[in-house]
Amino acid sequence: MNTEIIGVIFMYLATIALAIPLGRYIAKVFKGEKTLLNFMAPLEKFIFKVSGIDTHREMNWKQHLKALLTINFIWLFYAFFCLLFQGHLPLNPDNNPNQTPDLAFNTALSFITNTNLQDYSGESGATYFTQHFVFMFLHFVSAATGLAAMMVVFKAMKEKTTEKLGNFWDFFLKSITRVLLPISFVVAVILAFNGTPTSYKGKDTVIGLQGDTVHVSRGPAAAMIAIKQVGTNGGGWFGTNSAHPFENPNYLTNMVETISIDLIPIALVFALGFYLNKKKLSWVIYGVMTVGFLIMLIPSITAEMGGNPAIAHMGISQPGGSMEGKEVRFGPAASAFWGITTTVTSNGSVNAMHDSMMPISGLAQMFDMMINAFYGGIGVGFLNFYIFIIIAVFISGLMVGRTPEFMGRKIEAREMKIASLIALLHPFIILVGTSLASYVLVHFPNANWSTKPSAWLNNPTFHGFTEMLYQYASSAANNGSGYAGLTANNIFWNVTTGMVIFLGRFLPIIGPVAIAGILASKKAVPESAGTLKTDTATFGIMVFAVIFIVAALSFFPALTLGPIAEHFSIK
Amino acid sequence: MKTYLLPSFKITIILIVILAGLYPLLIAGIGKFTPGHGDGETVTYKGRVVGYANIGQKFTKDNYFWSRPSAANYQADAGAGSNKGPLNPDYLKDVSARIDTFLKHNPDVTRDEIPAELVTASGSGLDPDLSPAGAKIQVPRIAKVRDIPAAQLYKIINDNTERPVLGLFGPPTVNVLKMNVALDELKK
Repeated sequence: MNTEIIGVIFMYLATIALAIPLGRYIAKVFKGEKTLLNFMAPLEKFIFKVSGIDTHREMNWKQHLKALLTINFIWLFYAFFCLLFQGHLPLNPDNNPNQTPDLAFNTALSFITNTNLQDYSGESGATYFTQHFVFMFLHFVSAATGLAAMMVVFKAMKEKTTEKLGNFWDFFLKSITRVLLPISFVVAVILAFNGTPTSYKGKDTVIGLQGDTVHVSRGPAAAMIAIKQVGTNGGGWFGTNSAHPFENPNYLTNMVETISIDLIPIALVFALGFYLNKKKLSWVIYGVMTVGFLIMLIPSITAEMGGNPAIAHMGISQPGGSMEGKEVRFGPAASAFWGITTTVTSNGSVNAMHDSMMPISGLAQMFDMMINAFYGGIGVGFLNFYIFIIIAVFISGLMVGRTPEFMGRKIEAREMKIASLIALLHPFIILVGTSLASYVLVHFPNANWSTKPSAWLNNPTFHGFTEMLYQYASSAANNGSGYAGLTANNIFWNVTTGMVIFLGRFLPIIGPVAIAGILASKKAVPESAGTLKTDTATFGIMVFAVIFIVAALSFFPALTLGPIAEHFSIK
Repeated sequence: MKTYLLPSFKITIILIVILAGLYPLLIAGIGKFTPGHGDGETVTYKGRVVGYANIGQKFTKDNYFWSRPSAANYQADAGAGSNKGPLNPDYLKDVSARIDTFLKHNPDVTRDEIPAELVTASGSGLDPDLSPAGAKIQVPRIAKVRDIPAAQLYKIINDNTERPVLGLFGPPTVNVLKMNVALDELKK
């Protein structure tokens, strides 16, 4: 078999082999049991003491959300002002300028929300200070925010009737000290030994062999690249992200970085089973997610390895597949695999330019982000899935004529209203954004803006429409990858995607935490013969159907105008 | 909100120090022990640094192995892909022109032998590699221009080929800059 295919299969199997023990470990950490990393405890105690936090004071769901939102708003202001004045701050050897207010607004929102849509290029649009003290810091804490929110829901499912759902600061800090930081450290060291720069030196100038002068951007990138992969962040050091040969130097680093993308998201699915002692439920959820993942993955790999038919018409045989926007050291299979992995998990890093991929790949990548619950971002992926579980339980209940229950709690009107709103919010913000952009583009192509709408798109017709749809899907899903041909660093795009990012992050955290909190405070209903079993394949199929129908009904018309039309125009 | 404001501030400051200050410094320290000492690994020719091993360079002269087309013209402080869609007519014109140029400079080659990577731009615009096939197809041209036997060129390609990881995972690659340095070293 082809070494590219073997590489992809190995990467997936290795991820699962690591994710199961990691899931068990994470469950132990949050149950407060002893683990290998208990030596972190004094450090945690010290941080809590200095911060004046008593982790023994348990919070109800509203208090959790207050803490979460408060600290996130502090980060938002901190990031915004650092970016506005980065040119004057230290650690700026390349003398890069301040970000404009609209760009800083977009970038700050983008990074506190674990999105990392980057309307700038790291080489020229950020400084070593903002890369570390804003971006990398937010990489850690935004991922930890997601994990902490998810732990509230886990805890709510575990406990008998209670208001007390653990301590937010405890969940938050342990996510960093016990999970994110140790894994990032290992990944960063592997990257450093494979050629990713780690030193604080600025650009180098060399005269090449052919006599051309080149300026080579560098910087302490390895530490940040590790957490951007591990924390489903995706905001890279260099503009071309993990396609850049410093950011991802060879196939070995590519394997490590790809595994890092979905390692924690998959581990969290298993962590649920270990935490609740319901391993079968984990396998059902994992099964549903994996079927969804494979349905997207296989067509994308096939399309990329098959090559571009338009180039085949010119008499080029393309035995290696479609190579536009891809790196030789990864090849089309590993590029397509990354493309799907990064979009299902809301990571958003890329190792090839999605804008140049085949329409089937674009379709799959966008559909991943429109569903946004197959593996999903750290913590928030499960929260999205939880919403679909609630809806599936409710619909199943209606179908068999029983009061819907999940984990021994009745699901009633209030919870269903929240779940429906959250499920519909996602298509709403994506489609409204895309419609607005399309409207402006068609009716005001020559508006007197710094970037005229007619200059937004890098490609004509269907593909151009896809560039806009992709941008909003990526923003709403807090993914952050892009069809990079879109000229997005201007007021219209910075502001509209910034707002979509904001809504797409915090409401889908508030909703599930509220539902879980309300359910936990209800009286438990003892399981009986009439209870709908949620850890069965039948229920798995039900959830899958709900996800698929909601996404397909919402997005099919828009997708038809983009990648589907483009696919059928291939001659 | 007040109950949460102060702890939020304090924990934020401590975490900034640990995560953005100490953690990357530790990695930078470890980076000193890596092959490029954390600055990026360089390639030298006649005692002069001629580039970075991982960063591709523009090679368009007939006496060198050509590197891939680049949407960023190999500017290593502003790497970029073309971001052209696969059916974009302007893009297809570019590809067609690249094929014609390649055939003009390599008259012994037929269309269907040209590897796709030699007529398409990479994602980073800084791709340092070719596939072994992409290097071998250029051998007749370089052999003629440099007036050296083809066998020597095949040896250079072979010596610089990176095989799949453990012989199992990923495509084989060959670094263009390293091959071209080896070419220039032949003259001595």
